[in-house]
Amino acid sequence: MTEMVYGSAPVHAGEPVLPKWWRTVDKWTLSCILMLFGVGILLGLAASPPLAERNGHAAFYYVKKQAFFGGMAIISMFIVSMMDPKTVRRFAVLGFVAAFVALAMLPFFGTDFGKGATRWYSLGFGSIQPSEFLKPGFVVASAWMMAAAQDLNGPPGRLWSFALTVAIVLMLSMQPDFGQSALILFGWGVMYFVAGAPMLILVAIAGLVVLGGTFAYSNSEHFARRIDGFLNPEIDPTTQIGYATNAIQSGGFFGVGVGEGQVKWSLPDAHTDFIIAVAAEEYGLVLVLVIIGLYATIVVRSLTRLMRERDTFIRLAGTGLACMFGVQAMINMGVAVRLLPAKGMTLPFVSYGGSSLIATGIAVGMLLAFTRTRPQGEIGDILKGRGRL
Amino acid sequence: MNRIPLRPLARILHARQVGENPDAIERENLRIRHEQMRDKARQRAEGRLLVMGVMFFCAFAVIGVRMGHLAGSEPMEPRAQAKGASIAAQRADIVDRKGRILATNMETHSLYAHPKQMIEPERAAKALAGIFPDLDEARLTKDFTGARKFVWVKKKISPEQKQAVHDIGEPGLLFGPREMRLYPNGKLASHILGGSGFGREGVHSAEVVGVAGVEKFFDDQLRDPTREGAPLQLSIDLTIQSAMERVLYGGMNLLNAKGAAAVLMDPYTGEIVAMASLPDFDPNDRPRPPVSGSPSDSPLFNRAVQGVYELGSTFKIFAVAQAMDLGLVNANTMIDIRGPLKWGKHRIRDFHYYGKELSTTKVLVKSSNIGTARLAKMVGATRQQEFLKSIGMFDPTSIEMVEARTGKPLLPQNWSELSAMTISYGHGISTTPMHLAAGYAAIANGGTFIKPTLLKQGSPQKGPRVMSAETAARARAMLRLVVSHEEGTASLAEVPGYAVGGKTGTADKPKENGGGYYEDKVIATFASMFPAHDPKYVLVVTLDEPEENTGGEARRTAGWTAVPVAAEIISRVAPLLGLRPDIEPVQLAGITLASQ
Repeated sequence: MTEMVYGSAPVHAGEPVLPKWWRTVDKWTLSCILMLFGVGILLGLAASPPLAERNGHAAFYYVKKQAFFGGMAIISMFIVSMMDPKTVRRFAVLGFVAAFVALAMLPFFGTDFGKGATRWYSLGFGSIQPSEFLKPGFVVASAWMMAAAQDLNGPPGRLWSFALTVAIVLMLSMQPDFGQSALILFGWGVMYFVAGAPMLILVAIAGLVVLGGTFAYSNSEHFARRIDGFLNPEIDPTTQIGYATNAIQSGGFFGVGVGEGQVKWSLPDAHTDFIIAVAAEEYGLVLVLVIIGLYATIVVRSLTRLMRERDTFIRLAGTGLACMFGVQAMINMGVAVRLLPAKGMTLPFVSYGGSSLIATGIAVGMLLAFTRTRPQGEIGDILKGRGRL
Repeated sequence: MNRIPLRPLARILHARQVGENPDAIERENLRIRHEQMRDKARQRAEGRLLVMGVMFFCAFAVIGVRMGHLAGSEPMEPRAQAKGASIAAQRADIVDRKGRILATNMETHSLYAHPKQMIEPERAAKALAGIFPDLDEARLTKDFTGARKFVWVKKKISPEQKQAVHDIGEPGLLFGPREMRLYPNGKLASHILGGSGFGREGVHSAEVVGVAGVEKFFDDQLRDPTREGAPLQLSIDLTIQSAMERVLYGGMNLLNAKGAAAVLMDPYTGEIVAMASLPDFDPNDRPRPPVSGSPSDSPLFNRAVQGVYELGSTFKIFAVAQAMDLGLVNANTMIDIRGPLKWGKHRIRDFHYYGKELSTTKVLVKSSNIGTARLAKMVGATRQQEFLKSIGMFDPTSIEMVEARTGKPLLPQNWSELSAMTISYGHGISTTPMHLAAGYAAIANGGTFIKPTLLKQGSPQKGPRVMSAETAARARAMLRLVVSHEEGTASLAEVPGYAVGGKTGTADKPKENGGGYYEDKVIATFASMFPAHDPKYVLVVTLDEPEENTGGEARRTAGWTAVPVAAEIISRVAPLLGLRPDIEPVQLAGITLASQ
């Protein structure tokens, strides 16, 4: 009778959220990320006491902060990874718009903390770097535009996304923050590549990058000094790179032992840009290889899962996120071993830094959401294919 | 490419004949084409993703291999200590105005270990602990037997210690040349020199960086290789500095003072010939900054350029000189000194009762607060501020020491008429003794303000004029009277032949926690110049909490404390400075002057 009057009680046809998440999420990537976070705390214990001493805090002050921000990052990662791709896209695009506006307002309201580049908003209790939050949002928004462009009669999304990229790169270069703008450019390039860039354009872009690099070399003293330092085969042992190289060498295969490292006392960026040197010195090559393995697993595994993905948007967005994550780690470690010229870039999930940790957590959450196992309609395709033939 | 047209005519015609909607055919074809396109894009993307995956894998592998390669190679430090890797004198010497060494470098050795090359690490640790009592044997053993490839043992060792370590015969113990900063005069001029420490360290060299004083101020210049080690020449004269420090130290002890400072300055060139602050320290073994207590009680605190004090009646000459310069009074104008001078709730009193009125000269000679306060009232607060600003009393001194920047004068927030009156006799304004010396130099050199400097100057400085030469000469004559007049407060400063002129100042010390002044603690200052008729030097002596107990009751005023100390300094230093005493020979024994 009740059902006749009020209609039948609504029944959720779908699976409950958590079991479904657990069934479909890429557990390999997830465990690699959690391990990376653990490594970050472990290295924070080693690398941050000198900084805490310099700033007059208790020895493990920064470790506690790192654990707090890391916890927030993990929580946001879990929440984001439980969303379905459409929800992720909506939130990401909204977040992108907000971060874009924040980035545009930086020259007026931002602070440079005396470091010569206006990249932060000071919020009293802490600071926010909008470009960190811009990156994942940008990837998703660009992927959306490019995917739309693949429909017949779709909008010219590739052109739009390119214009957006140029605008962001210009704003970041004005700060100046060449590292982040290179990352943004790289992310867009990777997505464009996977979205089917014509070979001719790829070659042209490579040429442009070379030209741009030459231009920056001849016009920016900051940039030129870094490149010169890189090209110079002699390592001055009193430069950051010299200290890092030394630390890796003295660490050897098994490290000098926990807490015995010296490099963290001489390098001002030991807890961020050169944390891998601290890892190499105290724990040796073993831990470094583990860290490299973790990053490689995350990136390569995500890419292989995305190969099977049939939705263009998901494929592109996932690719952009995974590659940006991987390349950031690669640049950071490449600098420490002098494969790349000195460029300040944090090691995602390991380096100290609140903004960067949480933004990375969100980005990785999106990546997990995009790489979840979902029905790809293979059987239907096959049947359709047969029918078509 | 062979594609089906979206609207194949044959099918459209057929559909029209049977009465179906021909648009459905177009939609169907569109869908099929779309699917084909997506399939193609997916296949292409699959291939490209594979390329990317392989590229990433390779890149990570390259980084891993490079890490392994680096980790497998030897640290750079041992390679750097090849033969002939000795270091040239990197940091320039510091010399005094006559070229005598104040700071130089000495080559010593550092001791480090390569545990991997050690044959008997336990024995080496034991022997090292025997040679260096401050090393812990257990700790060394742990370091030598652990996984480390490199261990610092000692940063500086003497030649004897080096030989002893050498005699252990352990191949894993190595020496690196190391330059160290040496101050051969010990404590002498310690506050000026400051001190140095090691900056970045490597095996084959260590950077010596200045940590205080001129060593820090001129750090870049001293380390600049393009100057090829040209010494930094200061205006300090080592002999004068030594004599002044000696006398000041003796005076400080005799008068039970907590601290003392003295500045001797050339009023024309601005050169600081000697500057002392007691207690002092040995820059070869610079003490650590104190963790508790007031930093101003630390030996590291430079009272001459960092300490800001109310310097009391020494400021009166500025009020008098300005009033004369403005033409408000002359030396003989009578000034009403009936007291107490009431201003609101505040009362200004004199130390003694000096009568109803005094001439301007006597106001200064007897140091009447009421008299100078009345002069300040005539001058007015605005003009007073302008004048004090022009003689540098508003900003930290520009002297070439890092500490000078912290010696910022304390000024009243609201420069009222009352402030003007108290400031005229040196209360309510706190400056460093260096400020005072610069102010007196302006009177001494005939009315131009010059900046004190620690660098040797070739010629007199040209500074802005702050008062007329006549005013300066009159002010000097008055300062001379303070000493030579039998009623003057500084009569003990009379040094025969050197015609000292100056002004005393005794200021009650303010309580540290605010709220009033101590009754029994004073800052006693004597600011002087000699010879007064044509001053060659300005001397400021300040004593912190002096007490003279030879009489019945404790005497603290500057006339009994700072003045005798200053007189002793002048009588010692003036001959060394090459000043000839101006004494009429009473009788030249055995010689008859021809003109008589």
